Amino acid sequence: MKNWLKGLVIGASLASTQGAVAAEQQLLNTSYDIARELFAAYNEQFQEYWQEKTGNTVTIDQSHAGSSKQAQAIIQGLKADVATFNQVTDINILHERGNLVPENWADRLPNNSSPYYSTMAFLVRKDNPKNIQNWDDLVKDGVELVMPNPKTSGNARYTYLAALGYAQETFGDDQERIDQFVADLLGQVKVFDSGGRGATTTFIERGIGDALLTFESEVLNIADRYPGEYQVVTPKVSFLAEFPVTWIDEYIEQNDTEELAKAYLEHLYSEEAQRLLAGFNYRVHHDAVKAEFSDRFPDVKLLPIDQIAGSWEDAMQTHFASGGKLDQLQRRR
Amino acid sequence: MKYQSHHRVGDQPWLRRTLILAAVALSALLLAIPLVLIFTQAFSAGWGALVSNIGDRYTLHAIGLTLFVALLTVPLNLVFGTALAWLVTRFRFPGRKLLVTLIDVPFAVSPVVAGLLYLLLYGRNGWLGSWLADYDVQLMFSWPGIVMVTIFVTCPFVARELIPLMQQQGTEEEEAAVTLGASGWRLFRRVTLPNIKWALIYGVVLTNARAVGEFGAVSVVSGNIRGQTNTLPLHVELLYQDYNIAGAFAAASLLAAIAILTLAIKGVAEWRQARLLAREPADRNPQ
Repeated sequence: MKNWLKGLVIGASLASTQGAVAAEQQLLNTSYDIARELFAAYNEQFQEYWQEKTGNTVTIDQSHAGSSKQAQAIIQGLKADVATFNQVTDINILHERGNLVPENWADRLPNNSSPYYSTMAFLVRKDNPKNIQNWDDLVKDGVELVMPNPKTSGNARYTYLAALGYAQETFGDDQERIDQFVADLLGQVKVFDSGGRGATTTFIERGIGDALLTFESEVLNIADRYPGEYQVVTPKVSFLAEFPVTWIDEYIEQNDTEELAKAYLEHLYSEEAQRLLAGFNYRVHHDAVKAEFSDRFPDVKLLPIDQIAGSWEDAMQTHFASGGKLDQLQRRR
Repeated sequence: MKYQSHHRVGDQPWLRRTLILAAVALSALLLAIPLVLIFTQAFSAGWGALVSNIGDRYTLHAIGLTLFVALLTVPLNLVFGTALAWLVTRFRFPGRKLLVTLIDVPFAVSPVVAGLLYLLLYGRNGWLGSWLADYDVQLMFSWPGIVMVTIFVTCPFVARELIPLMQQQGTEEEEAAVTLGASGWRLFRRVTLPNIKWALIYGVVLTNARAVGEFGAVSVVSGNIRGQTNTLPLHVELLYQDYNIAGAFAAASLLAAIAILTLAIKGVAEWRQARLLAREPADRNPQ
């Protein structure tokens, strides 16, 4: 229906404005929940860039919700031109369930189609009274942790995988010690909230726990908002949390937005966009921008999912499915 | 001790006062204070901020969309509800009881489930949706989908108001009109409608309130596109999650204002109806 209308409008405008240069274009970006401010800022930047490059004005519509809900909506016919998500599995599903993107979608843009990334870090209270520096400090006696529940929250699965990665690095092939470390860490968690924002509230507003485990970007945001009250600790080893993007082949063809959609995502890798992303406390790939923000983002050994658990599918099956490793380790306490 | 038996439960002054106090306190805590809070929060940054919050491009669009949806939903459900109530109270046919029960389905089903059902049916992979997609017709994630779920969620209100009343009134007056040779339309306009006007207005008011305020079902099928498919209730949530508290309360105060306006219209309608009845008591059912 929308396309039918669009066709009518485009047809009418073509007929009436023969010879006019500038065109009005439209793009729909579906994104995850907490990326509103980020894309509001980026869209402005891109609109200017696109106007300069092509002379066309572009209106960018934004749709925000949990990224799994967004993936479902796209499969059921939400005709988004691009998806900018915070979980790789949610784009994989666009291929598996709807065949809306090809299987190799991640190879089409640099860095696994992830223009920015983050990692898992700790937020501790002023002056770091429990002297928490790395993962092994978290399992010491009397240290209480706050994190969301890995059963319900993608954020917490990242923390779980980060801890697992650290244990693999530290204990090598000793599977029993690796398992014991992850079990000990889960045993130190005082409150499992259902989502990332909930865990933040528990730690900040209710004052529970010695360390909050969540995204580095969230941790830096909080530290900025309450200067002097908290301290950011980035462990030496952590998980590479990718923020994958893709254009949706089926819909850009229907909407006739192929060139625009690709440019929108490619521009995320430009220097000005990378600077903007770093300003929102995400880690970026551009060398010059990286150097500028090196104080914010200390060096971390980042382990990708393939190294820790093989693949996302394997990780979900082995660790997070019912009766999986997570359930077994939680029962050890 | 005999005189004590004349006392009814609740006659003791202390008990009466406690009960009244509890009722007042509860209404204040649960109804009045939240309502007042919406408006004080909305006005907290002053008139200028309120006007600029409401004048925001996306908020204006959300207001327009919400009113548009209500404008389509209410008349459709008015006709549907009246026809349905007429059918089940004036005719006897097999399956009538089942139909009366079916009217309540939208009340019994959670709105989120209703939204999901529509998505499974009319979505791109749904039974009807995949067929419609071949003809390039998209219902979900655009305004037709929002109107569809809103109609579903609000369709029982008018019928539910009319059915008990029409059952109680019975069919005598209408039978008399038919005997005197009134046509179907005339019968409805001159006999049935004046009798059910009250309940009809009440049903419309409820339908409108729900259509404007529906969140769950709309949230599922809307696609949350700011400036395109975001209704006012969805917009309130969106602003709130953006930490734009003033904006969220400004939009919420609009919803509250619409609700109060609806109640005022209902009040005026009741008052006029009562006055009409008082003025011409003998002429209540002309012909």
